[in-house]
Amino acid sequence: MTTAARTTEVAPAVAGATSAHSERLAIASQGLTKRFGRQVAVNGIDLAVPRGSVYGFLGPNGSGKTTTIRLLLSLIRPTSGTHALLGRSMPQAASAVLPRVGALVEGPAFHPYLSGRDNLCRLDAADRTADPATARRRVEAALDRVGLLAAARKRYRAYSLGMRQRLALAATQLMPRELLVLDEPTNGLDPQGTREVRSLITNLAEDGTTVLLSTHLLSEVEQVCTHVGVMHVGHLVAQAPLAELRARTVARAVVTTRCPDEAAEVLRQQHLTEIATGKDQAAGVIGQVAPEQIVEALVHAGVPVRAFTTATPDLEDMFVSLTGRGFDVSG
Amino acid sequence: MSAAEKAALRESGTPGETSAAASASGPRSQRLPNPRFLRSELWLIFGRRRNWAGLAVLASVPLIIAIAVKINNPGSAGGEFNVFSSITDNGLFVALAALTVEIQLFLPIAVASISSDAIAGEANLGTLRYLLAVPVLRSRMLAVKFTAIVIFTFVAILLVAGVGMLIGLALFGGGSMVSLSGTSLSFGTGVWRILLICGYLAIELSALSAIGLFVSSLTEQPIGAAIAVIIIMIMSFILDQIPPLDWLHPYLFTHHWYGFTEFLRDPVSFGGPVRDGVLNAAAYIAVCYSAAWARFSGRDVTN
Repeated sequence: MTTAARTTEVAPAVAGATSAHSERLAIASQGLTKRFGRQVAVNGIDLAVPRGSVYGFLGPNGSGKTTTIRLLLSLIRPTSGTHALLGRSMPQAASAVLPRVGALVEGPAFHPYLSGRDNLCRLDAADRTADPATARRRVEAALDRVGLLAAARKRYRAYSLGMRQRLALAATQLMPRELLVLDEPTNGLDPQGTREVRSLITNLAEDGTTVLLSTHLLSEVEQVCTHVGVMHVGHLVAQAPLAELRARTVARAVVTTRCPDEAAEVLRQQHLTEIATGKDQAAGVIGQVAPEQIVEALVHAGVPVRAFTTATPDLEDMFVSLTGRGFDVSG
Repeated sequence: MSAAEKAALRESGTPGETSAAASASGPRSQRLPNPRFLRSELWLIFGRRRNWAGLAVLASVPLIIAIAVKINNPGSAGGEFNVFSSITDNGLFVALAALTVEIQLFLPIAVASISSDAIAGEANLGTLRYLLAVPVLRSRMLAVKFTAIVIFTFVAILLVAGVGMLIGLALFGGGSMVSLSGTSLSFGTGVWRILLICGYLAIELSALSAIGLFVSSLTEQPIGAAIAVIIIMIMSFILDQIPPLDWLHPYLFTHHWYGFTEFLRDPVSFGGPVRDGVLNAAAYIAVCYSAAWARFSGRDVTN
């Protein structure tokens, strides 16, 4: 129910997209759909990723995130729907737009018998917009940026998963990019590497780079993202600025007491809603009521309060309420 | 990361280059032929140990032939032209003997394995998606891949011929060469004829490369593609051996491979078998390359 309401809020903005509006969006799609045989992997999604945002693209494994990213980069053709990157229609503008887009798609992939440096040189050689004269310098800078300089001469096959992931991130840094599409960039990284990637993303975002960050790690989203889109079985079930999603969530007051029924009665008098009681707990949605006032009322009514907490649901609770099912693999 | 490092990364593109990359009309450099990708492709083929081993095997055959003939001279087989018995008269025949032997299997297998790796190999590793996201236009990728395979084909054949000529001259010396027509060719003409044969065989094997490229665009399994190409080639050999199918023989791509003996006549006739062989190869290249393009340009890259 909430899900439907949220998607419709976004839809009109995209449907009525003027050129000025789409110019403000780094990624804009209308009804993007991909069918593989009978299975609908991506079902009519309207992505709107504002320029300069760090957009957390959330969803359980198999929800269609990677297929969406492949569609965005025109690696696969949509069954129906259209999309634009950096204000230009794809795939027509691919050769003009994609050099300004750095991408990490479904994990790193390089030639195993070439060194990390040679692999980057090969990608750079394939880029017609890259200046050969500065290739060496850009490759070194990219390796340095992800902390791989020391291992640059090693063959890729000898890299650990974390090093491979770093090399894939380095490949996105070969040229100045306006948009980064990162598919689970911290997958396989140790905690130190994860922190480094987060700070890399934050730094890039400060420079004005738009980032689409596909992930199933909610903590990642909470730490770096400004916007969130949630995928579930091929549908984009929610899309909004993170702050707005947070504001929509409702805080609950939870009273721990040996007299839950009396506590519930007080909560009701204080105009809390959705009141529920448990064995030694009473809880309700706070709404506009100040928590101090509730505590005062409880004490005044002689309810023996052992503990009083107010809790705002975190992103994970939000996610569960949006997808209905939580974090399982979508079929 | 320090501010200085960030600045270094920012300024790494020259000003002109950056503005060119950012311009909506597309960078100017796109209109110039850019050899970097082709160079990278050649490095991928010739920098790989597996391929070094393959080339070493190809180069070993003329050595084996020359040494075997030196140790145990077969002698002249009574007037009939025999490339092996001619070796003792002129070392250049080592190259001819090696090409004759290797065109039957070794050279085609080398070309099949390289060409079938072109698209399927990149798809198998997953590097295909990253190349396409760079972006590399699919038509350009196909053109660069095919060019690199054809260069490999020429190199492989010239390697066999070159090693053959060198070891032959070292062990048996040069001198004039007796043509199939019975006339005597000077040493220089003999070398020139062998180079013509190399060119002819490279064109013939390029048809096989084009078949390999097409098969490679169908699958994500390079080994499977290589086996398929070899099966296609052997099937062509077999069909070429079935007399009731003689109407089909001129259309088989393997049928013309031995047409290279025309270059040993005096004078060389560029009409007839040589022309037919080149036209046949050109037709196979045109059809298979187009088919590869049709398949690859519309293919969903899902791995």
